[in-house]
Amino acid sequence: MTVTGERTATAGRLGHSAARPDGVPKVSGQFAFSSDLSADGMVWGHVLRSPHPHARIRSIDIGPALAIPGVHTVLTADDVLGDNSFGLEHADQPVLAHDVVRFTGEAVAALAADHPDTARRAAQAIVVDYEPLEPLIDAEEAITAPPIHPAGNIFRQLVIRQGDTSAEGEVVVEATYEVGMQDQAFMGPESGLAIPDDDGGVDLHMSTQWLHVDRDQVAACLGLPTEKVRLTLAGVGGAFGAREDVSMQVHICLLALHTRRPVKMVFTREESFLGHVHRHPARMHYRHHATRDGRLVKVEARIVLDGGAYASTSGPVLVNACCFAAGPYVVPNALIEGWAVRTNNPPCGAMRGFGAVQACFAHESQMDLLAAELGMDPVELRLRNVMKSGDRIPTGQVVSGAAPVEELIRTCAAVPLPPLDPSPAVMSMPGGSGRTADPARVRRGVGFAVGFKNLMYSAGFDDYSTARVRLEDGVATVTCAAAEVGQGFVTLAQQIVREVLAVDEVVVAPAETVTIGSAGSTSASRQTWMSGGAVERAALAVRARVDAGEAGPIEETYEHHHPPTFPLDENGQGVAHVSYVFAAHRAVVDVDLDLGLVRVVEIATSQDVGRVLNPLQVTGQIEGGIAQGVGLAVMEEIVLDRGLVRNASFTDYLIPTALDMPDVTIAALVEEPEPGAPFGAKGVGEPPTISSSAAVAAAVRDATGLALPRIPIRPQDIALA
Amino acid sequence: MVEVNAGRRRPSSVVSLTRVPELAGWHREGDEIVLGACLTYADMERGELAALVPALAQAARTIGSPQIRAVATLGGNIGTASPAGDTLPVLAALDAVVEVAGRAGGRRVPLLELITGVKKTSLAPGELVTAVRVPVLRGGQEFLKVGTRNAMVISVVMVAVVVDLDGQSVRAGLGSVAPVPVRAREAERYAGEHTDWSRGRLAGPAVARRFGELCAESTAAIDDHRSTADYRRRAVAVCAARALARALPPLEA
Repeated sequence: MTVTGERTATAGRLGHSAARPDGVPKVSGQFAFSSDLSADGMVWGHVLRSPHPHARIRSIDIGPALAIPGVHTVLTADDVLGDNSFGLEHADQPVLAHDVVRFTGEAVAALAADHPDTARRAAQAIVVDYEPLEPLIDAEEAITAPPIHPAGNIFRQLVIRQGDTSAEGEVVVEATYEVGMQDQAFMGPESGLAIPDDDGGVDLHMSTQWLHVDRDQVAACLGLPTEKVRLTLAGVGGAFGAREDVSMQVHICLLALHTRRPVKMVFTREESFLGHVHRHPARMHYRHHATRDGRLVKVEARIVLDGGAYASTSGPVLVNACCFAAGPYVVPNALIEGWAVRTNNPPCGAMRGFGAVQACFAHESQMDLLAAELGMDPVELRLRNVMKSGDRIPTGQVVSGAAPVEELIRTCAAVPLPPLDPSPAVMSMPGGSGRTADPARVRRGVGFAVGFKNLMYSAGFDDYSTARVRLEDGVATVTCAAAEVGQGFVTLAQQIVREVLAVDEVVVAPAETVTIGSAGSTSASRQTWMSGGAVERAALAVRARVDAGEAGPIEETYEHHHPPTFPLDENGQGVAHVSYVFAAHRAVVDVDLDLGLVRVVEIATSQDVGRVLNPLQVTGQIEGGIAQGVGLAVMEEIVLDRGLVRNASFTDYLIPTALDMPDVTIAALVEEPEPGAPFGAKGVGEPPTISSSAAVAAAVRDATGLALPRIPIRPQDIALA
Repeated sequence: MVEVNAGRRRPSSVVSLTRVPELAGWHREGDEIVLGACLTYADMERGELAALVPALAQAARTIGSPQIRAVATLGGNIGTASPAGDTLPVLAALDAVVEVAGRAGGRRVPLLELITGVKKTSLAPGELVTAVRVPVLRGGQEFLKVGTRNAMVISVVMVAVVVDLDGQSVRAGLGSVAPVPVRAREAERYAGEHTDWSRGRLAGPAVARRFGELCAESTAAIDDHRSTADYRRRAVAVCAARALARALPPLEA
């Protein structure tokens, strides 16, 4: 692997691969994850979930469960102390279902017992009389189907009209694409500990992505003022969007308040798959118009996202999918229509890439289709239409910051192709340890893709961050509620304070909601900019007082806001985004033509990073994001059968192993400082996931000659084509 | 134990066999190898045993992660009797005989008689698999497994091909294509008849292809969340043809 952009930097400061403060504890088993928490007198919580995708609840008999020795309490909808509904955008999901269940896995009852096994047995003893209803499982049908929820079936509908929507091109290519339901598949299952307080409130220790919004949702459902719900971040074992929504938070707090005991809950892997949101499956119909010489004239797209049973972040995911539907290209005319709808499938919400991943698969597949139609090189076609700073996206908003897309494409495409091994070991061919490959029937393919998305939240959402820096006796302490979910904010916070205050020792205090304001969510590649900026400015304020000769402990708090954004108007026009980030990927794959098995050999990538603040962490984000992108391209999918999840386990939900992970060649980390961004740095977490899937799919098409309009590409899609 | 860990079974007691030396390891008895029930996949993967029964080593390598292979055992694979049990097609192709011990004494049962259905065996309550007997054969052995990732995967199909040069026979065991491991008898007969046994070569490349098709015809594959029946039949045909061509290189047409 090659890394460019490595700079000479002072150890531990910006630009240096500073070591993670939690790195050694994590790899040596010393780090306390949320599942390691315990408290005196603790009991174990458990949730009974619906086995039906859609059913009316006729009655619930908790008597047999309460009769089991060791069971402390069993709660149903009647026992919810505050609002029996929650949700990030719209509170449309019951804490505990009362009349109807709308997806397999919906919470119906919560209980606490003295042992997790007792709790599980007690849950099985609860008698729920369900009247199964016909599940609504097709997203297209949901648009016109009778509503399955009082709030209707359409979470969000959106139209973007840009330029002349009746414009025609000399060349038109058209296709329908599909993306399956991907899971975030983090390693550490959901877990938390709720401890009731003497004042009627509750202390909640939770692995989450956004402490303050959890607090607000939990307080509303408990009927408590927000200050009586105090969150502390517990060790997070990965997130990728799946911890943005409330999972068990309300349940364990309710159980704690009812039993007056600390309540712990740890999801099994199956519960985890059923108990968090997934990436939206998408069906996307596209029509690209272009001139004979390969200039885009118009992009038409119709995007339907299956949001599952409850709203979560379906609306903003759709906004993203539509805003970025045409790709990082100059597109004078566009007509983009989108729907995010409610079905009886599992709820979908945030996942790394947030709507841009689905759209990228479609727009990059279209660019390849157009290149083939024009007889042009796919990279050349992209360069001919490439977006630059000052160009507009279809919402009319000017991309005012750095947009080094051309440099990304050129540097990525220039990486020498990996040589063909004349006598490859069977383990390094498609099929791996299964020894299935016949070298004579293995073909190599190369595919290219470019993607982009926004940094920070959009469309009028003020996602500020708050940080406090205290300097005392030469030691700086940072307090910020930014959730460390593995991305490395704790490292970055130390680097920033060392840089600004020229101190060596920087302590990052636990993230909590009592002494500090919101940091916003660890999402949308935003914490480097938002919380990094808050830490920088708090530290600068401390330094100003030091420079003024002040002695003694100095403490400053800063609330960092990004420039305002605005909702899109009725034509999908407006200034909805703060900043954009871009990446290019080139995939090289080997495909077994007869068995349809794929081995991804190499991913070359160039990424727009603004400035590299920690080379090792940037590399880690790129490799991890590519792993998730490769997974979506060739194996990762929640398999549904009429609303039932068929593979809620790591036995059957497959993510790439070391034998599936390709070599990653980082061609360039393009450092064009972003105006307005702290240190000029852009977030780096999401771009590696956006176009890597599309590049792999393109490479498999190149190897097989097949259209392959759907990811993940399954072996039968190739072998039986 | 997998089902216990997943909370699907609640046995009142569990007996560990890890410290019963009589069940561990393997030894040779004439033309046979006696594999202890507690032989781990890690034991099968390497060394002299891997040279004597290469298909078993190849199957063992496909199972789980190194951590799992260090503790999971042959006896466990047999007792679980999963249609996707990775060693079972190899044992079926080898005509393995299972040694069973119980209060009433011991008995020997061919593997294909011991496994009666999906996760079902003819083991009586109180009976224990103690060992498995397989022959030492002269000839190529191949185990191929299709899964949707390159390691650590439950099989979509498995094919084991074992050649017995002295007995002049080809044997094929198939997995994940029926409730129990399958022997492709028709395909075996066809391959045996179309092999130049004096040279140890198939009569031609077309023989391997036809052998694959016949193997596919002997399956009862189904659609499930891992794959489709159509793909499974195709994959069996492809893998069986490749396995046979590796074990008995065809004479040029």
